[in-house]
Amino acid sequence: MAIRSFFLFILFFSSSLSPVFSLYEDQVGLMDWHQQYIGKVKQAVFSSQRAGRKRVVVSTEENVIASLDLRHGEIFWRHLLGADDVIDGIDIGLGKYVITLSSGGSILRSWNLPDGQMVWESSLQGPKHSKSFLLVPTNLKFDKDNVLVVFSNGRLHAISCIDGEVLWKKDFEAESFEVQQVIQPPGSDLIYVVGFAASYQFEMYQINAKNGELLKHESASFSSGFSGEVSLVSTETVVALDSTGSILLTISFQDGKISSQQTPISNLVEESLGPAVIIPSSVSGIFAIKTDAVTVFIRVIGEGKLEVVEKTTHEIAVSDALSISEDQEAFALIQHASSEIHLTVKLAHDWDGNLLKESVKMDRQRGLVHKVFINNYIRTDRSYGFRVLIVMEDHSLLLLQQGEIVWSREDGLASIIDVTTSELPVERNGVSVAKVEHNLFEWLKGHMLKLKGTLMLASPEDMAAIQSMRLKSSEKSKMTRDHNGFRKLLIVLTRAGKLFALHTGDGRIVWSHLLRSLHKSEACQSPIGLNLYQWQVPHHHAMDENPSVLVVSRCGPSSDAPGVLSFVDTYTGKELSSLSLDHAVVQVIPLPYTDSTEQRLHLLINADKHAHLYPKTSEALSIFKREFLNIYWYSVEDQNGIIKGHALKCKCTGEVADEFCFDTRDLWSVVFPSESEKIVATVTRKLNEVVHTQAKVVADQDVMYKYISRNLLFVATVAPKGSGEIGSVTPEESWLVAYLIDTVTGRILHRVTHHGLQGPVHAVFSENWVVYHYFNLRAHRYEMSVIEIYDQSRADNKDVWKLVLGKHNLTSPISLFSRPEVITKSQSYFFTHSLKAIAVTSTAKGITSKQLLLGTIGDQVLALDKRFLDPRRTVNPTQAEKEEGIIPLTDSLPIIPQSYVTHALRVEGLRGIITVPAKLESTTLVFAHGVDLFFTQLAPSRTYDSLTEDFSYALLLITIVALVAAIFVTWRLSERKELQEKWSFYSAFASQSTFSSLFLCDN
Amino acid sequence: MEKGKGIMGSGRRWAVDFSDNSTAPSSRDIPDPPGFTRASVDQDDSTVSRQKKDAESNWKAQKAWEVAQAPFKNLLMMGFMMWMAGNTVHLFSIGITFSALWQPISALQGVGKVFEPYKDNKVDLLGPKLLFIALNLGGLALGVWKLNTLGLLPTHASDWVSSLPPAQEVEYSGGGIPL
Repeated sequence: MAIRSFFLFILFFSSSLSPVFSLYEDQVGLMDWHQQYIGKVKQAVFSSQRAGRKRVVVSTEENVIASLDLRHGEIFWRHLLGADDVIDGIDIGLGKYVITLSSGGSILRSWNLPDGQMVWESSLQGPKHSKSFLLVPTNLKFDKDNVLVVFSNGRLHAISCIDGEVLWKKDFEAESFEVQQVIQPPGSDLIYVVGFAASYQFEMYQINAKNGELLKHESASFSSGFSGEVSLVSTETVVALDSTGSILLTISFQDGKISSQQTPISNLVEESLGPAVIIPSSVSGIFAIKTDAVTVFIRVIGEGKLEVVEKTTHEIAVSDALSISEDQEAFALIQHASSEIHLTVKLAHDWDGNLLKESVKMDRQRGLVHKVFINNYIRTDRSYGFRVLIVMEDHSLLLLQQGEIVWSREDGLASIIDVTTSELPVERNGVSVAKVEHNLFEWLKGHMLKLKGTLMLASPEDMAAIQSMRLKSSEKSKMTRDHNGFRKLLIVLTRAGKLFALHTGDGRIVWSHLLRSLHKSEACQSPIGLNLYQWQVPHHHAMDENPSVLVVSRCGPSSDAPGVLSFVDTYTGKELSSLSLDHAVVQVIPLPYTDSTEQRLHLLINADKHAHLYPKTSEALSIFKREFLNIYWYSVEDQNGIIKGHALKCKCTGEVADEFCFDTRDLWSVVFPSESEKIVATVTRKLNEVVHTQAKVVADQDVMYKYISRNLLFVATVAPKGSGEIGSVTPEESWLVAYLIDTVTGRILHRVTHHGLQGPVHAVFSENWVVYHYFNLRAHRYEMSVIEIYDQSRADNKDVWKLVLGKHNLTSPISLFSRPEVITKSQSYFFTHSLKAIAVTSTAKGITSKQLLLGTIGDQVLALDKRFLDPRRTVNPTQAEKEEGIIPLTDSLPIIPQSYVTHALRVEGLRGIITVPAKLESTTLVFAHGVDLFFTQLAPSRTYDSLTEDFSYALLLITIVALVAAIFVTWRLSERKELQEKWSFYSAFASQSTFSSLFLCDN
Repeated sequence: MEKGKGIMGSGRRWAVDFSDNSTAPSSRDIPDPPGFTRASVDQDDSTVSRQKKDAESNWKAQKAWEVAQAPFKNLLMMGFMMWMAGNTVHLFSIGITFSALWQPISALQGVGKVFEPYKDNKVDLLGPKLLFIALNLGGLALGVWKLNTLGLLPTHASDWVSSLPPAQEVEYSGGGIPL
């Protein structure tokens, strides 16, 4: 008995230990890569420090503040502020503090410039919401302390630069006052606050910068009103546009007296331009107005007189002014010309003279220049040199100096909208061999090193060389398909409308393409990329046809704006074609059918609930017609709390006859009572998920049949009161209801109400289970629940003989209109982290066990075995259940530090986790994106189908060698022995025969 | 070996055939030695030989029964081993189970061979053979039973449905929250 229990113990030990997927230190970077980005730069401030490395501090639209190395563009330090903590302004104070104003001007922070440590933070309150301004006057001193001037929330603050203390504050409570500019003329102790009141009155406040005392308040009314922004042309003059956008108002408030002059734009420019807008710039004496086609630069001469200095139809970008000496200001101007950009640096008062004129070749795929930031340096010959930082349309950041691009950053990748994958081209003959022969010596050296490493003869330097060789292995970054399916292309669509193809091996950009269809045009004013779909995935013609993706975009933010489709070849990045649709795209439904060229059929639903079939070919139509009656679609109106199911009816009526357009009719609707439920999350299974089996074998060889349906929708609703922030409601008035709805018939298969819970709800649906994460108000903890759904109507299929002979109907096609009998099992557990994203691993055949991938609040990805979320867990599992691998029930889910997929790294601003199956069944590819990108391979049940990286080849080799040697030696020995035996036999024989011959002789 | 053969082949000058036991005296030119009669080997005292033969066949029958009963000991040992191995699937229990299955099978295959030495027209081997077969079948049954207790026999529904793919659904539905 003791032995038996010993065996049991060993078995328990080996099977029920939760698998730990930690890495060794030298495995970091072998299969994973991490890229850091910052997002589209909004504002850049150059550090004017003389000593140390040159750096630039930037704030971005992803709410990142970062300090970049000006020489290489690397990140020194970086901070990601929260999603609702939008940065309004940054500046450098005292040469060593980075000051940031964020959250609509209510939070002011100071960071240490060299290392990015936060020095102080102040919260600024005010009477009302307003624009916010951050000024760092260089000469405004207050007891040796520099003063920051901040206007935010209708209040002017003077703040100490050293400790963030508010020195004085002044409210601007006038109801309709809208601040437009806050001006601090250098060399004076005055602050001007100018703005509009009631949209036709110009107001000017003069304030003593020492104590916040109001010195003067003047106002003047303009009957024509104002539109847009004002541009500051000198410390005491602003230019504004009237409400029609056709008359320029030059308002000067010298010595507290407001005087103004009106100049119609038509006086300055002959032809009529239509309504214009002012491009804000801080260059003194010059401002620019822009109409649809033309940009006009206008100079202010003397008493409000205006003069056109340049008129251009090119796209143009202007930097802020940079003061280079006492009375000189320079600014940079960038104009586009076909494949080049022209950079000119001019002095503010001398338009015609150029300090610098350079032309830089620019990749067309970067689009237009959106922003320019200028900085100067002193050359060795004591003259001024200029460098400019430019932000392009694709959100990339480039530094230009001496007519060259010094460095560039692809910061568009910080704002990924959608991700899909594509296979790489199939390997053709002779590619790899040539490469090997090319540097045979290197190859030999590499193998020698590796051999040394495996035989443990390598010195530390050799080890380092081996490690770098492993990391840079050309095998993983080849541009061809591999046997295991690890090498793929990640096709990502960014917010800038650029499509990137990233290689999964090393994360490099294989190609990038700024979509033409996402370019601003006459027909499409503000195109927005929406989603990516796999359009064509050739399997049969993999050698001669390239896969392509479909990019769905829309002209404008409203849902009824017309859609645009573009088709992009994933091998080359070429836009194959693009279609401007005459209808909106509200939903895209990829259908599970492909035509003979393996193009997937897609159904696009427009705002009028008409369904449009793509591709528009007769073949696609005939395929579609065949399945016509079996195609349904549903819409979730989360604002109204209604889920509706629709079926296709007939061809579109009215308008032009279009045989690819179909009317739809409503089939069913689920209406959630708006006073008690609000939809917060809906989730379905992934379309491409593969399920291996419908049966689940439970303890004692019993079998349960999973209810596996592609058409199940998980819906979570919460009480409308509880849809706010966590803790805003009491447990009694908050609840969460989870539904499982069949989207073909509208049948609610399962409904469960949890009381005292609150969102946000994150959910993931796979196979026959759904896992969701929420907050438990009673326990003050986060929780995760699992629902598993089983088909009871199949449960009596237990006759072995029927199953052996195949006389069962378990695999015959089923209709959802037949009445299902389902049972659900569910369980809840406490979980420590709040989540940003949740996903589940997916493998090629669906055999490998699943892991949940949890994007934690700390921007890491945690892998959690699905076995922990098994509703059959009990406190004391029986012997059989233990053998099955059921873990004893605990109230909370364990967080094993080694199971962080991202190990020591963080994916800042984590937004999504995508899993893609590799060809190797055990392995799944994981891509996590946010501001940073992270990619790795995971094997949820370990790599049971291939040798692991740490497999001891040396031991295998030594064993084989030893065996061969042993075989050889024993063979020799046996041969020798045999020979000896023979000799002894023959000698015996010989002596006998001699004797007999003697005997015979005698005879 | 080759070498030895070569030497022998070429170096043979003469040979004596000792296997010559023909009864005819004139097979050779040389007469038999005096007092040597070739026929005397076969001619024996008939009574002595019959007694000997009876004893031998008795002994053979006895031995055959012993051999037939031998698997019983094996059976007991196997049972003990199986109990030791426990009811969980691992290397030890699988090894034991498969040897428990293999032994009877190989023994049954070689039933004829096992009883070959005791073959005698006077000895009735049917009884021992049947016992031998029965005992081995018992061993086989024990092995199968063990296999079943280990759960390695596909006797449950779960063994046949575990890789059954999910049923196809006729209908298809897509959609979701509007883009």
